[in-house]
Amino acid sequence: MEHFFSLLVRSIFVDNMIFAFFLGMCSFLAVSKNVKTALGLGVAVIFVQLITLPVNYLLQTKVLGPLGLEFLSFILFIAVIAGIVQLVEMVVEKFSPSLYASLGIFLPLIAVNCAIMGGSLFMQQRIGMDPADTQAIACFGDSVAFALGSGIGWALAIVCLAAIREKLEYADVPKPLKGVGITFITVGLMALAFQCFSGLSI
Amino acid sequence: MANKNNEALKQPVWLNNPVVVQILGICSALAVTSQLKPAIVMGLSVTVIVAMSNVIISLLRNTIPNRIRIIVQLVVVAALVTIVSEILKAFAYDVSVQLSVYIGLIITNCILMGRLEAFAMQNGPWESFLDGIGNGLGYAFILIVVAFVRELFGSGKLFGFQVVPQWCYDHGYLNNGFMIMAPMALILVGCVIWIHRSINKDLQEK
Repeated sequence: MEHFFSLLVRSIFVDNMIFAFFLGMCSFLAVSKNVKTALGLGVAVIFVQLITLPVNYLLQTKVLGPLGLEFLSFILFIAVIAGIVQLVEMVVEKFSPSLYASLGIFLPLIAVNCAIMGGSLFMQQRIGMDPADTQAIACFGDSVAFALGSGIGWALAIVCLAAIREKLEYADVPKPLKGVGITFITVGLMALAFQCFSGLSI
Repeated sequence: MANKNNEALKQPVWLNNPVVVQILGICSALAVTSQLKPAIVMGLSVTVIVAMSNVIISLLRNTIPNRIRIIVQLVVVAALVTIVSEILKAFAYDVSVQLSVYIGLIITNCILMGRLEAFAMQNGPWESFLDGIGNGLGYAFILIVVAFVRELFGSGKLFGFQVVPQWCYDHGYLNNGFMIMAPMALILVGCVIWIHRSINKDLQEK
């Protein structure tokens, strides 16, 4: 249980998907103009991550690993992600039209979000790690913790950036830097702030 | 026609660069640029994969049902990435370890999906091939610029060879460790965009 929480906290703050690994950057920059949509996308990412990562964990440990088919993992993982995103979209549309209305446009985007694929690939790397390591994913519960943590970390980052960008609207930015340029530098400064967490001992 | 092909090849390298203008494929561009060698390997891998997948999708473009085209595209790309990853593991093992998950992440690199959707679905194989090469080179160009600055100032080396001479260190020069860290990659790309847009004034926002 202790490992569950340390993995969770670690993947939210220290190994943050955006600030430590730059994953999911494209939609992170494109959909962070206002807080409300950013929150919607963040929740959708947590949701999809929480389903796909444990499924991929089971595939990796129960199917690919024992059969020695690791080289097929790229194709299989992306197929699982694309399939599940499609499925989630259909289920949400059927049972909760209001949620679909707010998440709907983001769901297809998530299939090609690197944070999701990256989460699965990191999980694959960490399975063999020493169980004492706080990054190790040794059982099914750990994969859920990692999925939850990385999803929350991503959502946290996009909401923060959206809040800063809303304020930046009123700033007097040099012309060539306007828009994307200043956003990059803002994210760099935020990443710098997040580096403080790397000293966190859990 | 020759003119159009020429444009397809040249446009993405500078004026319509995938990284700094279209803002695609940022994730890997930032993560692999702390040294030149992995940056060049990554740039080459992406160029090969974009060109090949563009050709394959453009050959298949009339037979793919519209509803499932994303999955078809993903499978084609994933197959190509698997091949490249296995080749790297066989012939350049140390680089493939350095690149770790980022080779696998070429699958979800937005440059690929972006080009497949925007170009290969409408154009013939030869134009798509050139477009792929152009976009790959544009991506590699930015990677090399960022990696050059980061490796030179961060560790005083280029391609792993010492460039800053010893007497500089003797007189108190220090490597800037901050360059190697993640935040600096973002700030540097921000600066590249700044320079790019001061030269190409049409791209400035409002």
